[in-house]
Amino acid sequence: MPSILSISGVSKTYATGFTALKEVNLDIQRGEIFALLGPNGAGKTTLISIVCGIVNRSSGTVTVDGHDINKDYRAARGLIGLVPQELTIDAFESVWATVNYSRGLFGKPANHGFVEKVLRDLSLWDKKDAKAITLSGGMKRRLMIAKALSHEPRILFLDEPTAGVDVELRQDMWAMVRRLREDGVTIILTTHYIEEAEAMADRVGVINRGEIILVENKAELMRKLGRKRLVLELRNPLTAIPEALSRYALELSPDGGQLTYTYDNQAERPGVASLMRDLEAGGIQFRDIDTQNSSLEEIFVNLVRREL
Amino acid sequence: MNLRAVWAIYRMEMARAFRTVLQSIVSPVISTSLYFVVFGSAIGSRITEIDGISYGAFIVPGLIMLSLLTQSISNASFAIYFPKFVGSIYELLSAPVSYLEIVIAYVGGAATKSIILGLIILATASLFVPLTILHPFWMLAFLVLTAVTFSLFGFIIGIWAKSFEQLQLVPLLIITPLTFLGGSFYSINMLPEVWRTITLFNPVVYLISGFRWSFYGKSDVSVGVSLGMTVVFLLICITIVAWIFRTGYRLRN
Repeated sequence: MPSILSISGVSKTYATGFTALKEVNLDIQRGEIFALLGPNGAGKTTLISIVCGIVNRSSGTVTVDGHDINKDYRAARGLIGLVPQELTIDAFESVWATVNYSRGLFGKPANHGFVEKVLRDLSLWDKKDAKAITLSGGMKRRLMIAKALSHEPRILFLDEPTAGVDVELRQDMWAMVRRLREDGVTIILTTHYIEEAEAMADRVGVINRGEIILVENKAELMRKLGRKRLVLELRNPLTAIPEALSRYALELSPDGGQLTYTYDNQAERPGVASLMRDLEAGGIQFRDIDTQNSSLEEIFVNLVRREL
Repeated sequence: MNLRAVWAIYRMEMARAFRTVLQSIVSPVISTSLYFVVFGSAIGSRITEIDGISYGAFIVPGLIMLSLLTQSISNASFAIYFPKFVGSIYELLSAPVSYLEIVIAYVGGAATKSIILGLIILATASLFVPLTILHPFWMLAFLVLTAVTFSLFGFIIGIWAKSFEQLQLVPLLIITPLTFLGGSFYSINMLPEVWRTITLFNPVVYLISGFRWSFYGKSDVSVGVSLGMTVVFLLICITIVAWIFRTGYRLRN
């Protein structure tokens, strides 16, 4: 599938000398949901800001659907909708005025029917005459999304969209993201909530200290994720793994008191039941049992830590 | 040209003016009326005429310029500083809008507001003193040129300012003194020789002088020089704005 967004060799060094991005290369596929994960200060927002035209890059090229973001900025920016992390709205404008303003800013002809649909989809229609300053935090977040969607973008950036958002809004937002994806909109989101990336994304990228350190299909990651560990605390320590259990690829702790079985919990036959039977048949007794799940979070934390 | 964007910004700016009608229109009208009461009546009773013009009528062009300069600067500087301050500038920077369109929209909005204000002050003044406008075309030309030039200047201040204090600094410390010393309330020919020479370095003198000429056909300096100085200042502002946008100064860095 051709990529809709292509970032190539992009670096950014601020006037203070701080290097926020180092030679970032990233391709986003048309119609996918891409989750960009990274700790605070990793460069997520800088990368989004460069693509959207808010911050100038120091080097590299960015094309949006084949349009260079500098040479052909009108075509490039017209395709993008951005929901920034901070709730930054002109507080004294009404919901209706500010959403229509956003549509005009992107050069689209007035379409009150479409704006009404966006507001209704985001449960904002009842508030259309309210000033932004009177809205709750969650409503303001919805308004930011409505503004970003007002010009019918083909790529939507959601920068930490669920930070500080209640459960109801979070669910509404993900339902909306799914609807947009069904309409062919490409979605790039940054998040701290790794379970959201797990639930929503087609692909996941990890950025740390201004470098992309991993880009992988979620299905592939889930395969890695799917590995589970079963730890058995033995009643009587073993000196070696018995021959009868060799097919399980077990690990014995140095003191012989712990047996660890790593398996794919998504496999049809993970082998746990047969291991239990074989342990009993071999007369190996255990006093405790524990299972551990390797999560995306664990992978993420390990990746980031390795970088430090 | 993204005319829809220009229109969207312009309309938003005008809506802001009407929403804050008390601050935008009413308060300058009140303060101008007070100038009339204080300067026109108190000083006017001692100075009857300047260049054959009654003192009350003489100060009208200066008063309009005073409001035009300060309002153009404050309208434009606030219009671009506020989105920077609250962060909503992200939307403008991420929109398919050229720098020229941004300037046209913001400066156009600020200039329109101050021109409307200038005309309101003119109408208010006509209630106090009999007015004649000998050169209405040039009167409007000076009005528009000055409003646009100082709205551009305000736009530059709004981009440069990092705090509300800085936003107020230039109008307060530079523009207001220059306007008061620029012959709003007197003819510079009334000053001693030394001060008259010093005053000629004040660009506001040329604006007020040219504007007053369009009313009464009398000026402190020649009209050509007035027009030339206004255009020079306009070009300086355009050059600075072009540089700001080329480098992304305090916007995209």
